[in-house]
Parts: sequence; C-alpha cells; structure tokens
Amino acid sequence: MTAALRFDPIRLPPECEVLRKQVRAFLAEEIAAGTFDPHKPNREDTDAPEFSRRVGERGWLGMTWPKKYGGHERSFLERYVVTEEMRVANAPTRRFFVADRQSGPVLLKYAPEHIKMDILPRICRGEVCFAIGMSEPNSGSDLFAAKTRATRTDGGFSINGTKIWTSSAHIADYMIAIFRTSPSTKENRRHGLTQFLVDMKTPGIKVNPIGQITGQFEFNEVVFTDAFMPDDHVLGEIDGAWKQATSELAYERSGPERFLETYYVLTELVRAVGSKPDTRSAEGIGRLVAQLHTMRRMSVSVAGMLQAGKEPVVEASIVKDIGTVWEQQLPHRVRDLAAFVDADATNHETLENQLSFAIKTAPKLTIQGGTTEVLRGIIARGLGLR
Amino acid sequence: MAESENIVAETAEKIFADLADAQTINNDKKGSWKAPLWQALTEAGLPLSWVPEDCDGSGASLAEGFSVLSAAGRFAIAVPLAETMLAGWLLSQSKMASPEGMMTVVPASPKDRIAVGADGTLSGRARGVPFAKDAQSIAVLASGASGLSIALVNAAKCRIEAGLNLASDASDTVTFSNVQPIAIKPAPRGFDQNALMLMGGVARSLQIAGALESMLDISVRYSNERVAFEKKISKFQAVQHNLARLAGESAAALAAATSAADTIANSASFDDAAFLEAASAKIRCSEAAEKGGAIAHQVHGAIGFTIEHILHRYTLRALAWRDDFGSESYWAVELGKMVAARGADELWPLVASR
Repeated sequence: MTAALRFDPIRLPPECEVLRKQVRAFLAEEIAAGTFDPHKPNREDTDAPEFSRRVGERGWLGMTWPKKYGGHERSFLERYVVTEEMRVANAPTRRFFVADRQSGPVLLKYAPEHIKMDILPRICRGEVCFAIGMSEPNSGSDLFAAKTRATRTDGGFSINGTKIWTSSAHIADYMIAIFRTSPSTKENRRHGLTQFLVDMKTPGIKVNPIGQITGQFEFNEVVFTDAFMPDDHVLGEIDGAWKQATSELAYERSGPERFLETYYVLTELVRAVGSKPDTRSAEGIGRLVAQLHTMRRMSVSVAGMLQAGKEPVVEASIVKDIGTVWEQQLPHRVRDLAAFVDADATNHETLENQLSFAIKTAPKLTIQGGTTEVLRGIIARGLGLR
Repeated sequence: MAESENIVAETAEKIFADLADAQTINNDKKGSWKAPLWQALTEAGLPLSWVPEDCDGSGASLAEGFSVLSAAGRFAIAVPLAETMLAGWLLSQSKMASPEGMMTVVPASPKDRIAVGADGTLSGRARGVPFAKDAQSIAVLASGASGLSIALVNAAKCRIEAGLNLASDASDTVTFSNVQPIAIKPAPRGFDQNALMLMGGVARSLQIAGALESMLDISVRYSNERVAFEKKISKFQAVQHNLARLAGESAAALAAATSAADTIANSASFDDAAFLEAASAKIRCSEAAEKGGAIAHQVHGAIGFTIEHILHRYTLRALAWRDDFGSESYWAVELGKMVAARGADELWPLVASR
C-alpha cells in the first residue's frame, strides 16, 4: 500500500475569525490612508517600511514564536489567516514576509542566543528585511552544487563568490545564505555547505539589481569579495546545511501565498461580468472558484497538520505543485473569459492592466522557492519511487 | 476521523476486501459475486446507514455513512450501496421507514422533474438513474401543487428502460405514468431538489476520490514491477512526475470530497457555504477523475487497456460517476451564477468562510 495521503477537513477555530475581522479592518484603514491600492499589484511602492512597522505593532509578525523573542505564541492557523488576508488585499508585505515565514524560524532553531535576542524582536517589530541566498549562477535547483566559498580566517570566515536571483537583497538588512566550507565527499555530495547569517552592511558585499520581465527589479546579484562573517553567524552545523535546509520547507511550501499570487484577476473578472453572467462566464468562474476552494482546503489542512506538530512534507509539496500551476494558469483562463466581457464595463481597464501584469508574473510562479520539477521529485520519493 | 467512523468504515472495508476483490470480480463473468456481497452488507446494516433506528435503519451518523462511501470508492463497488443509502436518507427526511432490499433514488439529475398529480399519483421521466433495474424500491422527490413530496415507490410499477454507464453499471431511464406510491409525505420545509442533488453529488465525490486513491496505489505498484529499457519504469523521471501529478489529483479529490462531507455532516441546511463545498467537490473530483484516470492508464500502457486488467474498474467508474446528480459543468454554472450574484467583493469572504 502506498503511503496514504492525509488531508483532514481542518476548520479554522473561532479565534481566527475574530482575528480575520481585525486584519480586514486594519487593511481597510491602510487602503483608505493611501498606503497601497489593492487593485494595483504592479506598483513600485512594494517596499513599505512604515506599513511593515504597523503590522508589527498589531502583533502580526512572529506570531508563533516565543514571547521572550518578541513573538506572540499564537497558532499556525492564526498566522495563516493574517497571511491570506494580506495576500488577497495585495498588501505590500515584501519587507517582512520572508523574515516572518522563513528566516525567523531558522534563527530560532539554529542561531546563538544573543543573536536571537537581538534580531528576532526586530523582525517582530517589522524593522528588518531578510533575503535568502541559495541560488548561484551555476546552481539553482541543484542547491548542493553551490560554490561560493567560506574560508576559515581569524574569528570567522571570509566569503568569496556570487549569489543570484536573490529577492529583496537590495533592501534587505540580513540574508540567510549557504556557503561552501568543505568540498563535497564521494559518499555524500550534499556535504560541505554551511548556513550563515549575513549582515548585508558587511564590507565586501555588492548588490546589483536585475530587471525582470514584469518590469520590476525584485531580484539581484549579490557579489561577495572577502566579506567577513564572524563565528557566531554560523547557523547550525558546519558542513551540515543539507540536514537543515529540508525541515523548513513544509511551511514554506504550502501557505496561501502559493496559490493566491494572481488571485486579483479572478475578483476583477467577477466584477466585470456583473451579477447575471452568461453560461460560458458562469461555468468558467464556477470551475475556477471550485479549484480555488479545493486548494485552500488542502492548504489549511497542511497548516493544521503543522500546528499538530506533524511534518507533512509530501502533502505540502503537493499543495505547492498544484497551487503554483493553478495560479500560473489563472490569468490565462481569466483572459479566455474576459474576451467576452463588455469593453465598456467600468473596470475593463483595471482588468486589462491586471491581466497584463499577471500574465507576465506567471512564469516565475512554478520556479521560485522550488521548481515544479523539484517538487514532483519530492512527491515521487514520498510515493516510494526513488 | 472519530472512533465510530473508523469502526463503521472498517466493517465496510472488511466486507469489501472479503467479497469484492477487484480481480475476483473481474474474472467472474456471471456476476455471482453480487448476491453474497449484498447479503453481507445488508447483515451489517450498511445500506440503511442513514436511516434512523425508529425508521428500521441502523442509525449511523452522516459522517459514518460518508466514510463507508469513501471505502466503497476505493473498492469501486458496483452494487447499489450508495444509492440505497441515499434513498434511505431521502425517505427519512420525511420520517418514512425504509423497506428491505436494493433501492435507488429519483431524480438523479438536476434537470428531471417528477410531478405529483391531484390524485396523489406520480408522473414524469428520470434519466440516468443508477441501478434502477436492480432496485426493488425507489425513493422519489416529486413536486405538486402543494409543494414537494417524498414518496416510496415499488420499482415494478414503473417502466424502466435499461441503460449502461461508462463502466457498464446500470444507469436507466425510469418513467412514471400515474404510479401510485406505497407511501408519500410532504418534504420538510427548506428541503428541495438542490439538496438532494448536492447530497448525491457529495456521495459521488467521495466515491471518485476513493477510486483515485486506488488508481494511485495500483499505478505506483505497477511502476515498481514493470521493467522497460532494463530498469523499473518507476525509475524514469517522466513516469515519476506523472505519478506525482496523479498523487496531486488524488489529494485534491480527497480534500474536496472530505471537506464537503464534513460540512454536510455538521450543518443543518444547504446555505451558500455548504453549496460552495458540495458543488466544488463534484466539480474538482470530476476534473481529477479525468486527469488522474488518464495518468493511471498512461503508466499501465496497453495492459491497463485490457478487459482482463482491473484498472478500468476504477477509471471508468470514476468517469461515469461524474455524470450522476449533476455533472461538473452543471455545478460550475450554478456556482458561477451564485458567485456573480453575490458580487466580486463577496467572493473572498465566501471562500474564506470555510
């Protein structure tokens, strides 16, 4: 018998609905104050430091972390609600999102106490931005081919090499990166990489922006030339990053951000077709909503398993695989249906602009944070095929 | 899953494993497996799971009954178990007792209507009624001048034209010409044909999801046995990725169907949120039947296309079940209309309400 997949019908508990109302009210205030326009995902103001601080003030960063580090000891399910409401509203979360989802939990697990006491409370206050330094010019999905070297020196390491496609590096205060501390071995090609906390103000780090096909400059090349990393910035085991890199993936892979990236075009399509759609529009919208609902139920189910202390690695990978393929296709399906929308509909221009941006965004969705091919490899391993 | 659901589902699984082995059934050209299977199911009280004890049923909960249907899907069960359960459930809506024997339910399509005349007799035609040929009794939802009624009818009083679904299970046209029912009562307030279709749709969704679980299971097993180009085909990345997609479709169907079943088991009425759940389950499970079934066949190659191999028992039934109680196209239109009528800014609150 194949390992049975579990997707229990988890419901968000009542405290989540109270929280949801608070988040919606907060976002409505921010929209009214002109912080961001929910109808314009393609703006350049995504680095919104004041917004980030206000989210921190509400207690919505580091929600699941211990109070002694500035966290709030709330559940994964509560964090889920905040994440999905921010995403659906197109709120400018870039400054804090990576730190909150990913970098903070890594520090919690592997950083020395004084660093945790220093940085985690600042993440919770929305003051610091993190980037992730994984890919290099010659290693992307093949994470363990990374070559950027960390060489032993007095009291630490000297870093030389290049990271690339590093989102937010140009605004980041810190990066969590993997560097090569030893060659790989014959027995274990994943051996020899070490995870580091990088202070982006360190001399010897140069960030070069890279333009994307959307017209945005979200990601960068980061060049290290004799950049010094003190010993206490090593995260976890020297040469043992491969043991650490996989455990964080479940919550990276299955959250609402993995199927809601282009959601706004669906809302706008519903607005454009009006209250009495023709059969074709109704059927198209109905299918998309059924698929969306199913995705979300799967994603909430994984969040519930994480809350229960389980490690649903295969289920999380399935959510990301199906979710990212769905959000990639969504703008194209909406475009199919929009072909029949009255060109005089009041939101026609908004829809056209959104579609143009979403269609250009679409290709990256099945690449970032683990490609479809890598995910299917993980699922196949879970099925006992490799 | 609650403990009691486990016990009921395990009882069903044990009977299926003993008396409905796919290979045995596939080899049995005379259908001699059917009578012992039905007898065992009846002795365990499973066909009348959803009938309260005071209406001569076994009084299982909705959730327990749903878990039986998931198991029935995993075994691609081809006797009117789901249909008898639905018929008993329908009759019990009006506190009517269920008879012994096989039953089915009418209408089985959202577009068919059965009318109650002034004399209390039933008239009309219902198409695609599963297992009508096998049923001794039919539970009917009918509309008349005074609203909806639920009736119990002797199947022998109806004209039944035999038909077959994709999996060659009976799917018949039932014609009522002034048929006098055995019993008839008004349907409870708020109960309508939509509620019956959604309940039937969730039953089919669970069955499809169960069939997909088995398709994944036997496809993975086969890929680990079959050798081509001097290695097991499970070692080819193209095959691995196909099976990963099948796992995804199976997972989506499972999540959608169990979520909808959980919703119906825990809510008193079919409001917008329950409608979203039930309609989505039928839509998404039907899509998964198509995509997942295609992959299961692709992995098996020619052997899976033969009548001797058991794969078709799951793939064809999953495809056939899409058609019952409203197809995915039908529910997509209905769901799309509801979403449009609520308006764009109410879409996310609806999705997030579940």
